Amino acid sequence: MTMLLNHASHGDGIGYSFAQPTAAPVQQHSFYPYTDNGGSTLGITGSDFAILAGDTRSTSGYNINSRMAPKVFKIGGDDETGEGAQIVLSVVGFAADGNALKERLDNIVKMYKYKHGKPMSVSACAQRLSTILYEKRFFPITYTRFWEGKGALYSYDPVGSYEREQCRAAGAASSLITPFLDNQVNFKNQYVPGSGEGHALEPKKAEPLSRSTAEGLVRDAFTSAVERHIEVGDYLQLVTITKDGIEEAFQPLKKD
Amino acid sequence: MDKLVAQYSRPAHQNEFHSDPEQQDLDSGLPPLSLKFALPPVDNHASFLRAMTDDHSNPSCPIKLAHGTTTLAFRFQGGIIVCTDSRATAGNWIASQTVKKVIPVSRLSRGEDKPSKDPTPGLLGTMAGGAADCQYWLRYLSQQCTLHEIRHKRRITVAAASKILANLTYAYKGYGLSMGTMLAGVTPQEGPALYYIDSDGTRLPGNLFCVGSGQTFAYGVLDANYKYDLTEQEALDLGRRAILAAMHRDAYSGGFINCYHVTEAGWVHHGFDDMNPIFWKTKLDHGEFSNVTSEL
Repeated sequence: MTMLLNHASHGDGIGYSFAQPTAAPVQQHSFYPYTDNGGSTLGITGSDFAILAGDTRSTSGYNINSRMAPKVFKIGGDDETGEGAQIVLSVVGFAADGNALKERLDNIVKMYKYKHGKPMSVSACAQRLSTILYEKRFFPITYTRFWEGKGALYSYDPVGSYEREQCRAAGAASSLITPFLDNQVNFKNQYVPGSGEGHALEPKKAEPLSRSTAEGLVRDAFTSAVERHIEVGDYLQLVTITKDGIEEAFQPLKKD
Repeated sequence: MDKLVAQYSRPAHQNEFHSDPEQQDLDSGLPPLSLKFALPPVDNHASFLRAMTDDHSNPSCPIKLAHGTTTLAFRFQGGIIVCTDSRATAGNWIASQTVKKVIPVSRLSRGEDKPSKDPTPGLLGTMAGGAADCQYWLRYLSQQCTLHEIRHKRRITVAAASKILANLTYAYKGYGLSMGTMLAGVTPQEGPALYYIDSDGTRLPGNLFCVGSGQTFAYGVLDANYKYDLTEQEALDLGRRAILAAMHRDAYSGGFINCYHVTEAGWVHHGFDDMNPIFWKTKLDHGEFSNVTSEL
């Protein structure tokens, strides 16, 4: 995936974070190993479930390479179908890196189970993923990612900082979906009607969503994102995790 | 018989010391740093990393890391106050408004951080700069602190803990780490102790530090009102007020005000509170922030 670009060299030695005027700009072919395959993912948790959803389009620039390239993966299942898995990982950004990460984490979760005779806990797996990502601190991989399992949702930056959250959107359309989620999941900028005037107006308190409400929000978020983002579309992959296991469903989105 | 006794008895003080292999283990000090980090196949990885991740010098860089912060900590007669904001930005995008920028550094308190009345033993670290750098290396530090506790049967001093971190950041100098962190703790040996450590390898003890993009605003408020003799409530309020000022004037800071108090028994969490109601309360009840109109 190395692309040869005309990219101004940043020069040798330790530089500054602000742009420096260089007397004679040295042109060199630079190493650029990153590609963005677009797409978006979204996760919402309730009191006893977690939903991870993503579209299935894979793009490269303005080309659509695949309309069915799922980006939500089951981790630690008993066979290739992912049966028996309790953890789900979703990655957006560069799909090849994402796939490699999925394989890596899958191996680790499985080896843990064989060595210790019990499945890896979600919090342990969350921290393990963080250290996996940090191993590439000086050569980051381009996904922004996130994942979850059994009612807990963790989100990551490309080099492994992570946080447990109620909901999170990532990928190409995250800037479209996140404000919608803030308003509809955390009730940001919503107030209790008639609770007061002006500064006395009471903010609406966020409470855990029911599963049907959350699924409705996920569908609305994606149908809206498809309308306004070129890299999102084709199918919606909806994975729901409850104490009884993982349910997976595909729904059509617009194909344009 | 005497010969047998002589062969199997040891001097009385023998057990008070570490055995030879144990001593060797202690002398060899910290395990070598994990250098298993992947490096890009280019001559100068620092400048490659900067070209790919530094949104300040290259706004269209492919990988945007979480940045931007105001954190503060100060010593006073009742211990140490640690306060932070909770915003993480990637370029102009607010990546999160709920970041926990105070990271407990001890094996007893690594789990979920719930507000509690009882102090939790251990040190506190703060997070400014790269979120992943701070989280990862403070986690490494708590591992080292736990090992210290097991080897020496007492808690590590803040001086020693901060030196582990400073030696580490110095070893990675030039690799492109980005962290500005404060370590706060109270130990029987040194009393309340506060250290500033950053990714250049700087390590400074002090009474009062503010770190991050909003540090100047926080220093303004803190320097104007700080006294060593503050009561606990006054100190907490001052910490919150300094963070509030920074959130108001620094676009890269905002979200929730996170407050901790460290005493010898451990740290106590004093809330993770939305800045908006606090801002309006400060304005309307105390007449501050008069540059902002209160009409709706």
